Parts: sequence; C-alpha cells; structure tokens
Amino acid sequence: MGLFGGRKTIRVDSDVLVVGGGMAGCGAAYESRFWGRDKKVVVVEKANIERSGAVAQGLYAINCYMGMQWNENQPEDFVKYASNDLMGLVREDLAYDIGRHVDSTVHKFEEWGLPIMKDPDTGRYLREGKWQIMIHGESYKPIVAEAARKAATEVYNRIMVTHLLMDKRDPKRVAGAAGFNVRTGDYYVFKAKAVIVAAGGASHIFKPRSVGEGMGRTWYAPWSSASAYGLPIQIGAKMTQMENRIVLTRFKDGYGPVGAYFLHLKTYTQNAYGEEYESKWYENTKELVGDYIDRHPVPTCLRNHAFLKEVANGGGPIRMVTKEAFQDPHKEQVGWENFLGMTIGQAVVWASQNIDPKETNPELTTSEPYVMGSHATCSGAWASGPEDYAPSEYKWGYNRMMTVNGLFGAGDASGGTPHKFSSGSFTEGRIAGKAAINYMDDMDDTQLDEAEIQRLEEEIFQPMENYDVGRNEIVAGTVSPSYILPIHALQRLEKLMDEYCGGISANYMTNEPTLNRGLELMDMLKEDSDHIGAEDLHRLQRAWEFKHRRLASESVMQHTLFRKETRWPGYYYRGDHMNLNDDDWHCFTLSQYDAESGKWAMEKAPVYHIVD
Amino acid sequence: MPTFVYMTRCDGCGHCVDICPSDIMHIDKTYRRAYNIEPNMCWECYSCVKACPQNAIDCRGYADFAPLGHSVRVLREEEKGTVSWKIKFRDGREKNFESPIRTTPWGTIKSPQDYSAPSDADYKSQELAHEPDALNIEGGLPVADPNKFKQGAV
Ligand SMILES: Cc1cc2nc3c(=O)[nH]c(=O)nc-3n(C[C@H](O)[C@H](O)[C@H](O)COP(=O)(O)OP(=O)(O)OC[C@H]3O[C@@H](n4cnc5c(N)ncnc54)[C@H](O)[C@@H]3O)c2cc1C
Ligand code: SF4
Ligand code: SF4
Repeated sequence: MGLFGGRKTIRVDSDVLVVGGGMAGCGAAYESRFWGRDKKVVVVEKANIERSGAVAQGLYAINCYMGMQWNENQPEDFVKYASNDLMGLVREDLAYDIGRHVDSTVHKFEEWGLPIMKDPDTGRYLREGKWQIMIHGESYKPIVAEAARKAATEVYNRIMVTHLLMDKRDPKRVAGAAGFNVRTGDYYVFKAKAVIVAAGGASHIFKPRSVGEGMGRTWYAPWSSASAYGLPIQIGAKMTQMENRIVLTRFKDGYGPVGAYFLHLKTYTQNAYGEEYESKWYENTKELVGDYIDRHPVPTCLRNHAFLKEVANGGGPIRMVTKEAFQDPHKEQVGWENFLGMTIGQAVVWASQNIDPKETNPELTTSEPYVMGSHATCSGAWASGPEDYAPSEYKWGYNRMMTVNGLFGAGDASGGTPHKFSSGSFTEGRIAGKAAINYMDDMDDTQLDEAEIQRLEEEIFQPMENYDVGRNEIVAGTVSPSYILPIHALQRLEKLMDEYCGGISANYMTNEPTLNRGLELMDMLKEDSDHIGAEDLHRLQRAWEFKHRRLASESVMQHTLFRKETRWPGYYYRGDHMNLNDDDWHCFTLSQYDAESGKWAMEKAPVYHIVD
Repeated sequence: MPTFVYMTRCDGCGHCVDICPSDIMHIDKTYRRAYNIEPNMCWECYSCVKACPQNAIDCRGYADFAPLGHSVRVLREEEKGTVSWKIKFRDGREKNFESPIRTTPWGTIKSPQDYSAPSDADYKSQELAHEPDALNIEGGLPVADPNKFKQGAV
C-alpha cells in the first residue's frame, strides 16, 4: 500500500444523498430540506460547490424562463419550442413539468440577490430572446451554493464519487455511493435511502479542436466528466437519446456563446464573401429532413448543417457581422460583458489576436460534439414522469426516478428534456428532491453490502497500485509497458470517438461498419482501463473521470448504431441512413447495460406529443 | 489562457487550491507556493484568480492559438458588490468594464426550514416549495391534460 497504507474508511449515513453540487444538485438539496425537515440531506461534490460545475465562471443569461406572470409564455409553448428544436423527440411530459415550475425558481434567485436586468419601460425582466432573460451572473453559482449550504445537513467537497451502491436485500434498489477524498485519499462510503445524481454533462468525449495546452478550452467545462451517465449506467439504469450529442456553433477558439449576439445585439452571420448562405442549403436540407426545415425557429442542428455545407463548399470562414451593432456603445458593452460573465477565454482570444468586434467581424466555428442533457440536446437517464398527467408508459413511480428504485436524476443527468439550462436544471433538482422525500417516506431503510464495499475499495485505488508497481520497471518518464496514464487513456478515447463516432475530423460522419470497428477498439480500451496508472490522488480522480467518460461513450456508440437514420443532421450523420425516417424512428432509443456480461440491450420507446 | 502564479506575490495561502473546479492549482512542495499542475485542463474560469488575496494569479492565453502580449485582469469586491475587468489587447488598446454581482448582503439567504412547514396534503401535491405563490400567477400550478398526449409524429 506504500504511501496510502494509512487510508481511512469514512462512513456517512444520510437520508437523501445528492451526488454533484452544481445547479441541479443545489436545487435538489434545497427542496429535499424544504419537504424533509427532519431528514439528513448530504451533498457530495468532487470540487467545491462555491464554484463547481458548468456555472463556475458565471452566466450572463438565464435561458429558461416562461414569464407566466406577464403571459409571455406558457408551459405548452415551451414544450412546442423544445420539441421542434429536437426534431420532434422530447419527453413532453417532463418538459411541461420544467415549464410550469421554472418561474418560481427564477423568482427565488432574484430574492436571494441574483441581479436580473430589467426592461426600463415595462419593469419586467429584460428579455434577450423569447426564453432568455439577462442577468449580471458573475456570482450566480456562489449565490445558489449559499442556498444549498443552508439547506444541506452536510456538504462534502472534494469527494470524487466513483460508484453507486445497491441495497443488500433488494438488488434493484440503490442504497448509497462510494468514492474517495481527492485531498486525503480516504475512502468514503455513503449510505442513503434515496440518491439524486446531478453530476453534470460530458466534455472530452470527442477530441476537441484545441490541441496541446489549449485542450481544456472546450465549450462545456473540462470537469464535466460524464459521471452523471457513468454512475447510473454501471448499475443498469436505462439511458435515453445518448446518440443525440450536440455540436455548437460558437466564436472560434474561445467558444464564446452566440445567443446574446443573435438575439439581443441582432448580429447575423455571413460567409467569407459577405453573402447570406443559409437559404442556399434549404433544398438540400429539405431532402434530408422534409418539413422539419420549415419549422420556426429553425432547429439548431439544421442551422449547423447549413454552416457545415457552406464551409465544405468553400465558403468559409463564416463570420458574425458585429461591426454595425458594436457602433452602439451599449451593445458593445453587452457584447463584451457577455463573455466576461461566462466565457472569459473568448475575451482573451480576442485581446490576444487584436480582434475588436467593432472593427472586425469575428470568425465562427462548429465545435466538437458534447453529451449532455440541458441545452439543445437531451441525452440522459430514462426517468419517470409527473404523477398527475404523465402517460402510463412514462410513469412507474416517483417523478424523475430512473429505472433503478430510489435513484433520481436531474439536470444533465436526466434525459429527454432539452432546453432546461441553468434554471431548468435547478428546477429539475427541486422536482427530484421532493419526489425523493416522498419515496423514502414510503420505503424501509436500506442496507449496504459489506463484501461489495471491500471489493470496491480495492477497485477504486487500483490505479495507484498499478503505478507503484509499474514505475519500478522503468527508469523515468511517462512510457511504461504495463500501464497507461489517465491522459493517455482519455486521448485514446477522444480519438476513437472522433474517428469512429462522428467527431470533427470525420466531419461528423459515421456508419454501421465504422461504428462496429469503433466498438472493437472500445472493447480493448475497456480492458486497458484496468491498467491505468495513477501517480497521485489528482491522477486517481482523472482515472475515474476517464472511466465514467468511457462508459458514457460506449453508450453513445451503441445508441448511434441502433438509430438507423440521420435525425439531427448538423449534430451527426449516419452515412448509410442519411435521411430522417419518421416511420421507423419517431421514437426514443433506450439502452440498458449489464455490468456482468458487458452487453447492451437496446429498445425503442414511444413519443407522446401534447397536441392542440 | 491557463493560469500561472507570480513567485514574488504568492504566499501559499491555498485559496486557489480550495476553489479550482478542475483540481489543478496545487502548492509546490519546494517553494510552498501555488502553481497550475495541469494547464491543459484549465478552463480559464478565473475562479482562482478572483479568489487570490494577493492578486498573484494571472492567465496567459493558450499557446496553441493565443499570441502573446494580451491581458485580462479581474477584481471582484464582495463588499462593494462589483466585479471589474481590464482587457488589454496585444496592440495596447484597453477596455474596462464593471458589473454588479449581488443585490443582497452575503449570507442572508433564508434556509428552507425557516419557512413554515408544509401540510400533509402539500406533500402529495405537485407544488414545489413556495408554490403557487412564488409563480406570481392566478389559478395555481398549471396542469397538462393527460388526454392531450398523442403518440407518434406530428
Ligand atoms: C459556456 C456555457 C454557457 C452556458 N450558458 C448558459 C446560459 O447563458 N444560460 C443558462 O441558463 N444556462 C447556460 N449554460 C448551461 C448550464 O450551465 C447547465 O445547463 C447547467 O449548469 C446544468 O446543471 P447540472 O447541475 O446538470 O450540471 P453542473 O452545473 O455542471 O453540475 C454538476 C456537478 O457535479 C459535480 N460532479 C461531477 N462528477 C462528479 C463526481 N463523480 N462526484 C462528485 N461530484 C461530481 C461537478 O463538479 C458539478 O458541481 C451554459 C453552460 C456553459 C458551459
Ligand atoms: S482558471 Fe479555473 S480551471 Fe484554471 S486554474 Fe484557475 S480555477 Fe482552475
Ligand atoms: S490564492 Fe494566491 S496567494 Fe494563495 S496560494 Fe493561491 S496563488 Fe498563492
């Protein structure tokens, strides 16, 4: 055991265990306490909830707000918008549920002290677009974290959760989680009556455009490590829409968001020759997806598609026309503060390259794909719907409960519900929090399996063993015949997904033979996952982040293989099935992983729409 | 722009280590000062820069696409309730911005248990904490009509 012979095992008993203290996790903690006054609510977070998750650097907009109080939008409008954007495939019961609750969340944020901009004429929240309101959100996360800390019985920072634990007497019920303290190296075992997974989305699944030192300059945070998928997949929770990865059109290199530019500053894009190009690709897109191209607003993926076609046709670089708008000093200020509030790196890129959008129209690019569930995409766990109206196929228990008893999901973890963003993720955490309290009130206590806990301790710390043993074989350096470092494993994963599952270097294209070859290589990477060498606790965290990413990636491949159509051109293409096919594929895809056999079971589930 | 730490300013207090969401600010064992152990996993989120009491941390644009000679500096003042930015271009031009960060004093958020306890009926209802009041609408929480759900393509 060497250096870590002194490792302690720390046991924590809880009623509700919240895994991940980001937006959804903080919402879950708040609501669990409201309904479970005498319950022990524990939040476990791999970083520090003060600045963790996708909102660590702040946000400049809340992208999901109905404005029901001013009759700006109703939940039905939100459902239609989300469903339209995702080419018809949304869990409309869940989306409606977000829509009807999200305003109360945002009103609470304002009461807590989040500066929300106001329209001076109407006194209402200042709209950036139909769904977005503008905020001064530098301290968005610290404010939300303050509420969560007040609500939780205990917050454990710097614990990387690696596994969920099952109940000894009921193998279909979750009973807790295990992980390790990234600072002390202690082994942590949490027992719980209900677990809410809110561990965020996944970056670094596909090879990023940035290389070398810039590798961390991804759109979604580099610490979005797919744990929200890896944890439930391991224990057989069903996942949905994992093929529905998202590609983002963003400012080049910094990945600064374009929402405020399009919606509020009224800037627009053109090709290298100053031409509008989207209409050029209308007929081409119509051939692929039919009438979906005529929907308003044009689905995000289809706008990407036009961008990709134009670049492939030699019309690049595509630029955002900012020169006109930025002559207005107010708009110039909004344009810059928009980045400083949520993507500071973009301001740095422009400063370094002398790009002043008042004088230069900046370049745009399409990003590498990401897997998450709260933006214009809806990968995640298959969850039970609201008790009061969800169709029976979507209702097997408590709201947002996955297909494992006692296991709930929210935010990026929960599938089929796009366009939740920060406010909707917090709201979904609240929904899951209340449901979890109701669940445990109906259930007995859980019991952990001691043999499993012992076995997992060995498995969790194995990468450090591997390193200690293997490094004696070599003089020095990073090359060993018996282990690979976490960064090696991650880069192999990214390359594999990029080349075989439709990343940037494949122009987002794949097909069945390519995917099958990719899955062969994925199997070997899975075997090699047992031979990762971790030099210290920080690398041990990286090793487990990689393992969660790898499992999530395997699921993305299986789903991409299963759906024999191109539903979202502009996100990815199945070259052997280039068309959208509503007859066969107007449905959700579900997967279930069996850890024993390593096999995936795939199935279809029906889509229900709320129609007028 | 991954972070770096100025040797003469850092006193090894560890605030940056505490806050970094990527777990990459660590204290060097020899110098007892902080440094970025994994620049290629830095998101340039500035959490550590804002947290450093000595202003010892700065960022230098990622080597693979950012030319040298720029800087983006930040000052976050909780008591004043503002965050200020100074952007310096490679060619020397400057831009300054200041925004509010919070409208209420820090630490004043009420815990959910400070609100009166919900009734038994509320538990089984679909309403969340503070609803329906916090929705600011008449007629209570909206409900979808189950009969409206129709299977298939529309
Ligand atoms: C650049 C950018 C711009 C955006 N712009 C907007 C916007 O303008 N408006 C808007 O409303 N939304 C915006 N979003 C989206 C918003 O940030 C997300 O929708 C939201 O944060 C998702 O919430 P979540 O709780 O699911 O994930 P997160 O907030 O990312 O939280 C996940 C948490 O889980 C923790 N965690 C992960 N793995 C583990 C593990 N194994 N063990 C323990 N803890 C773990 C993480 O550290 C983190 O704290 C933006 C996001 C990005 C990245
Ligand atoms: S900028 Fe953010 S990611 Fe980079 S070292 Fe500082 S806190 Fe960590
Ligand atoms: S916060 Fe600043 S002074 Fe403290 S250790 Fe980090 S760099 Fe040094």
